[in-house]
Amino acid sequence: MGRFIVNRILISVPVLIGVALILFLLLNVVPGDPVTVMMGEHIKPNLIEVFRERMRLDDPVLVRFARYIAGALRGDFGISYKLNREVGGLIAQSFPHTIKLSVYAALVAWLIGIPAGLFSAVKSNTLIDRAFMGFSLLGVSLPVFWAGLLMQYLFAYKLRWLPVNGYYSLKYFIMPAIVLGWGSAGTVARLTRSNLLEIMKNDFIRTARAKGLKESAVVTGHALKNAMLPVVTIMAMQVASLLGGAVMTESIFGIPGLGLIAVRAISMRDMPLLQGTILFSTALVIAGNLIADLLYGFLDPRIRVE
Amino acid sequence: MSFTEEGLSPAAGVPNFEEDDIERLDDESVFARFLWMFRKNKLAAFSLLVICVIMLAALTVPLYTPYDPNKPSLGERFAPPSPAHWAGCDDLGRDQFVRLIYGARISIMIGLLPTTLSMIIGTALGLVAGYFGGSADFWIMRLADIVLAFPSLLLAMVVSYTLGGGIMSIFVALSVVSWAGTARVIRAQTMSLREKEFVEAARSIGVRPCVIIFRHILPNCVPNLIVLFTLNIPGAIMNESSLSFLGVGAAPPSTSWGLMIFRYKTYLMSYPWLAIAPGLAILVFVLAFNFLGDGIRDAMDPYMKD
Repeated sequence: MGRFIVNRILISVPVLIGVALILFLLLNVVPGDPVTVMMGEHIKPNLIEVFRERMRLDDPVLVRFARYIAGALRGDFGISYKLNREVGGLIAQSFPHTIKLSVYAALVAWLIGIPAGLFSAVKSNTLIDRAFMGFSLLGVSLPVFWAGLLMQYLFAYKLRWLPVNGYYSLKYFIMPAIVLGWGSAGTVARLTRSNLLEIMKNDFIRTARAKGLKESAVVTGHALKNAMLPVVTIMAMQVASLLGGAVMTESIFGIPGLGLIAVRAISMRDMPLLQGTILFSTALVIAGNLIADLLYGFLDPRIRVE
Repeated sequence: MSFTEEGLSPAAGVPNFEEDDIERLDDESVFARFLWMFRKNKLAAFSLLVICVIMLAALTVPLYTPYDPNKPSLGERFAPPSPAHWAGCDDLGRDQFVRLIYGARISIMIGLLPTTLSMIIGTALGLVAGYFGGSADFWIMRLADIVLAFPSLLLAMVVSYTLGGGIMSIFVALSVVSWAGTARVIRAQTMSLREKEFVEAARSIGVRPCVIIFRHILPNCVPNLIVLFTLNIPGAIMNESSLSFLGVGAAPPSTSWGLMIFRYKTYLMSYPWLAIAPGLAILVFVLAFNFLGDGIRDAMDPYMKD
């Protein structure tokens, strides 16, 4: 197990460095002088020189990259061009909101997805099954931002049950969590269903039935435990899709998380802020995948031997 | 709760495959499998019909409509849906239905072109990595790992930021984002095909590697490529509408469904149909592609079902 963990972590490190490098190259070949972007069009030419010097923009790209990475490891992601604040601080401030939203969305995904998948499998090829699976496909095909707008119109404006946007209490997170979690709930439901159906074909299920166990005990005691293995790991991997969706959800519901900051950074053309938020988000995704891998290895000993 | 024999059939919404169906598949051409699938799977056939109708409508729209999608007619601002204007008029009195169909052109283009481009890149890299192995394989796959580590929407945001926004940068951004998945699948398939007797036979009589790849391996990847193609399109359309909604995608005067939702969300409370219609269009189009893709996947390889 120890070797397995070390191996997996060692695989993730080069990926993370590659991500940072590609991001750095993409954002540092942007046309337009960073100083002009930062200070506006009407800056004096000699000041541009001073700032180029101060920001050490004339060093070779790889040197600047190394300096950036060294800083990022200490939590220093540079200073935002437009807000004139440390990017690290802005990330630390917005990150809790994104985490909160993602956790609520994941709860929605689990609490709806697993029972729906279980139910669909038990009642497979009935009307209920089809309805659940149709609903889950709908969740995947629904544009997140549009679903959010519709819910705002219906529940906030027409029915006045929930606040339109904001992030002050749990009530404010109900709509965003449902909008964001729906797609993941669909994935979880489909996976639970197909795994359960697969497991139910096994010999040990037949044995369990043969020894006279009740069908409900067979499903919950024997089948579900095995079927949940891949589902548990997919939840860790869904960090990626939740973060991608969080960008949209946050901009609609006005939650000042990482996604909203990234979108603002783009519209303000604020490179360090954009770079910091995207790098941080992607690092989260890589960490999520790593955890998924380790979890899988922990739950299923066969995976560890490779 | 009970698991009956019929309760164990593979997936909801798709027909049950009988044993002889599956055996028959092994000898049939791709085209014959298509015909067979559409006869068996009405949902996929209907989805294909919907897609064709939307595409035809979008291609021929200047021929049959009296309205100009971009010409304001201020007397008809916010006209509700009526026989003259099927989906009403927008804030400048432009016919919403006609604008939806013009928006379909962008969505179709975005769905098809970057997907095609990314498939070509992904297939080429996957073939090289899978066939030659070694260091080419190593570097291509590490690059794919890195690309796949990014949440795709965030990476697309960064790329289109670098390229300055607009339709062209969306093309590139979406191609950059989605080649890696294709490369992985094709690489795996190439590696297994490389060991097959017919490839070994070709190699033993001295056929050059590039001929083996194009004559013997690529044609065997075609079923997979068709499935990947159909299932990649909805993702591309979805990402485009998200990017346009965030303001980093299509820019006026060109219309896209995402851009329309972005524009009309201001009027959501007073004229909700304006923002609802384009979202519905995205939903129908994406759902149709998802159904079609699922159907094709089941037809190409009944064993591979989720």
